[in-house]
Amino acid sequence: MKIVRVQTEPLDTAAELALLSGLGGGAVASFTGICREDTDDDGAVTAIELEHYPAMTQAALKTLLDEAHARWPLLGCVLIHRVGIIPVGDTIVLVGTASPHRAAALESTAFLIDRLKTDAPFWKKEHRSGGAQKWVEAKSSDDDAAQKWRS
Amino acid sequence: MQIVYFASVREATGIDGEEADFPGDIKTIGDILKHLMLRSDAHRNAFSDVSKLRFALDQVMAKIDTPILGAKELAIFPPVTGG
Repeated sequence: MKIVRVQTEPLDTAAELALLSGLGGGAVASFTGICREDTDDDGAVTAIELEHYPAMTQAALKTLLDEAHARWPLLGCVLIHRVGIIPVGDTIVLVGTASPHRAAALESTAFLIDRLKTDAPFWKKEHRSGGAQKWVEAKSSDDDAAQKWRS
Repeated sequence: MQIVYFASVREATGIDGEEADFPGDIKTIGDILKHLMLRSDAHRNAFSDVSKLRFALDQVMAKIDTPILGAKELAIFPPVTGG
């Protein structure tokens, strides 16, 4: 089972993970990325706006799932990313994998979120309570995290 | 060739994308950038720091020295920040 989805609607994390739990494996691991409150001189983050490259996104995410399936003995994986305006507290991204044993589930989940951060065409813009809007800068630590899966 | 822009690059150029035909001596993405910078001040500003630009050629990540060959679409955008 491989599920890739880009959606504007809120994510139902429990329902997606229940699909993985039903595959008969002994392990399900997941990562949930949440729009967090963060305050600076421009005020608190009220929402994150997610832009993407529709013609490329689905294929880029599918490539990551295919690579995860090739590297680990997975029974299934889900990769769901929300786009549009995402209020604080809502889920932005869900990565989940199911496998017979925990190591493959945990490692493949880390692989998928680390590589998504550098390989998938999404861009975040912060909306702050003072009215400011600012594109989020990419972090070199994200490049380092993705790089370690290439060796 | 279709050129498309995203995020801060889209805002800096002021357009989502544009059609562009290039002379035969244009071989790489870097050559295209130099050509596009001649179009307007907004283009020149948008592409002034190539270390902050990333590219996709026909929807696959590419580098500034990647040959264009017969590609139909070039996307120019800042480093991605999803997840």
